[in-house]
Amino acid sequence: MRNPQLNPRGALTHLLTTEGVSRIILTRILDATELFFSPTESEIKKIPLLQGKKVLSLVDQDIAAQAPAVMRGFERATHSLSAEWCGIQTLPSTSKSFLASLDADIVVLRTQDSGAPYLIAQHVGPHVHIINAGDGSHADPTRALMDMYTIRRVKKDFAHLTVVLVGAVLHSRQARSCIHALTTLCVAEVRVVAPLTLLPEGLAQLGVRAFTDLALGLQNADVVIMLDHESGETDHTYIPSVQEYVKCYGLIEEKLADAPDDCLVLGGQAQRVEQETTGFAVRMAVMSLVVGVSA
Amino acid sequence: MRLHIRQGRVIDPANGMDAHADVCIAEGVIVSVGAVPESFVAEKVLDASGMLVLPGLVDLSARVGPSDDASGAALAGGVTSLVQPPQTLLNDAREPQAKVYSLGALTVDLKGQALTEMVKLSQAGCVGFSQGNTPVQDTAVLLRAMQYAKSFDFAVWLRPQDAWLSRGGVVAKGAYASRLGLTGIPVEAETIALQTLLSLQRSTEVRMHLCRLSSAEAINMVRAAKKEGRPITCDVAANQVHLTDIDIGYYDSHFRLDPPLRGQRDRDAIRFGLLDGTIDAVCSDHTPLTELEKNLSFVDAVPGAMGVELLLSLTLKWAQEERVPLRNALKLVTYAPGQVLGQSAGWSVFPGRLTVGAPADVCVVDPEEYWLVCRENIVTASQCTPFLGRELPGRVVATVLRGDLVWERSR
Repeated sequence: MRNPQLNPRGALTHLLTTEGVSRIILTRILDATELFFSPTESEIKKIPLLQGKKVLSLVDQDIAAQAPAVMRGFERATHSLSAEWCGIQTLPSTSKSFLASLDADIVVLRTQDSGAPYLIAQHVGPHVHIINAGDGSHADPTRALMDMYTIRRVKKDFAHLTVVLVGAVLHSRQARSCIHALTTLCVAEVRVVAPLTLLPEGLAQLGVRAFTDLALGLQNADVVIMLDHESGETDHTYIPSVQEYVKCYGLIEEKLADAPDDCLVLGGQAQRVEQETTGFAVRMAVMSLVVGVSA
Repeated sequence: MRLHIRQGRVIDPANGMDAHADVCIAEGVIVSVGAVPESFVAEKVLDASGMLVLPGLVDLSARVGPSDDASGAALAGGVTSLVQPPQTLLNDAREPQAKVYSLGALTVDLKGQALTEMVKLSQAGCVGFSQGNTPVQDTAVLLRAMQYAKSFDFAVWLRPQDAWLSRGGVVAKGAYASRLGLTGIPVEAETIALQTLLSLQRSTEVRMHLCRLSSAEAINMVRAAKKEGRPITCDVAANQVHLTDIDIGYYDSHFRLDPPLRGQRDRDAIRFGLLDGTIDAVCSDHTPLTELEKNLSFVDAVPGAMGVELLLSLTLKWAQEERVPLRNALKLVTYAPGQVLGQSAGWSVFPGRLTVGAPADVCVVDPEEYWLVCRENIVTASQCTPFLGRELPGRVVATVLRGDLVWERSR
């Protein structure tokens, strides 16, 4: 079975997940991100890399309200690459005829259904490239690539790193995409920390060590990724209260005593601005790479 | 019709027969297996040299949809008797038809609240009582339903499934589900419900058929219960004999099944359960779905697959892979399910055997032919099956129902 993200020549044609994307391709995306990255927004120049290309965003009906915020980064990246932004549409159906009739070069997709981007990628025309901007609990590859880029920028190299993900791994598409990217990029150790209610089965098969004790999980950590909040954390059958959760798995700075001084913490308020500029560069990199052009 | 099936390899698991013989049929019953009676004059002779001659297959779970000629499809698959779960609509009576037996609902509208009028349903022809894929959540209702069924010596056909642990699940819980980010159904959803069913069966002593088991643990539990000599039987779906959750690949919705495909260990346990007799029968769990219902994202797709035409081939494929003698393998789709059905319905003669004097339901199979599962080769309108595009061994060439040659593959 061929990886549906790759064309017969092995080049990236859709970005659906970081799983099964080779180290070479991941590195290429990070290198391209480097070219587009600038620490302040005002410095980002418009380049004619995707001139004449159309970018369309498709989202599920039930998340249409949040769509403009989710898609803002993609919209700005589209403009910077001189492509045409065709706006956000709600996904009316996954019927073959609708998908075959899609008139766009890049479709950025956000859905609640794990795996829906695979179905869509299967039925769109051969000229359409799908970028998954998050599907259910399955994958959020651009989000993970943002984290990978920041790690590489600060730590220079992935080898010898111990990376710890803290949060609701069970529901987290970010966690899954980070795990696959980190193991492909050959970090020394990947750990996750959460109560057992928020840890999925089979983590060992993903090459991950699971911890329920935050202090233990953080020992000798080089990088800590605080996962974005997902719905499961407000469901009281997973955790009794947010307060208790924060007490046990939040307040990361206080609990980093056993970690090296230069431990990098990703996620949370502090990096909001930097995340936006990184996210922007990653999106430009991914959009140009799936279409097959590079800066 | 007076039919002479000549020189086939006759396999009748009911009496351990596996020999080249002639089968003669007259007035709907088998008149001889072996030599042709001197006085027998056939109206039609079917040359079965190189073919297998088997009892018509008995399928313990197949849904006959209103738009689907599953009964015709059944004959194409060599199935002459099939049992359909409650609340599936009978199709308009197009001839020829396989014998379709219905299970009555155990509770009104399968809601698990009030008992159905089982006596009335039984008189109307129901062969047992079932909840289909909807479990009874209230164990007090379940206990009373079993007690009531036992009062009239009816059998209950139940699928162990805990409503809470299986809620929202679309695949088996495990490493692969975690990887795909899909909500998993844990093994405990099956074993907890099974433990409840086994405990209530022990106290009521009702005859119980357990439908479509999927996990190694469940099969071990049934093995232990059967050792005590309790009136318990069980089946598995043919898909579960061959496939595991890994086969889902990149969210292929054809593999969205209920119960879900589990791991390699579970599949191995199912295969072992078939060999050691813990599992009585293999059923097709035929659920004809349309492209509209199936060509959706994995989460939204309706679970199930067509399969009545694949039952024989999938059984033969298993027999080949495990080197099981044909007589033993075919028992699982003929005599053994026939016994389950016959005992449940309280019949004196069980289907799925080639006994002289028994109703002549026979199928003739070319064991050497490999065929591709595709639109051209199947009768069922639905092509939604995990085996679409795969090649399977063994092809039914003719089916005899009540002594009539009702289906013959054009060669």
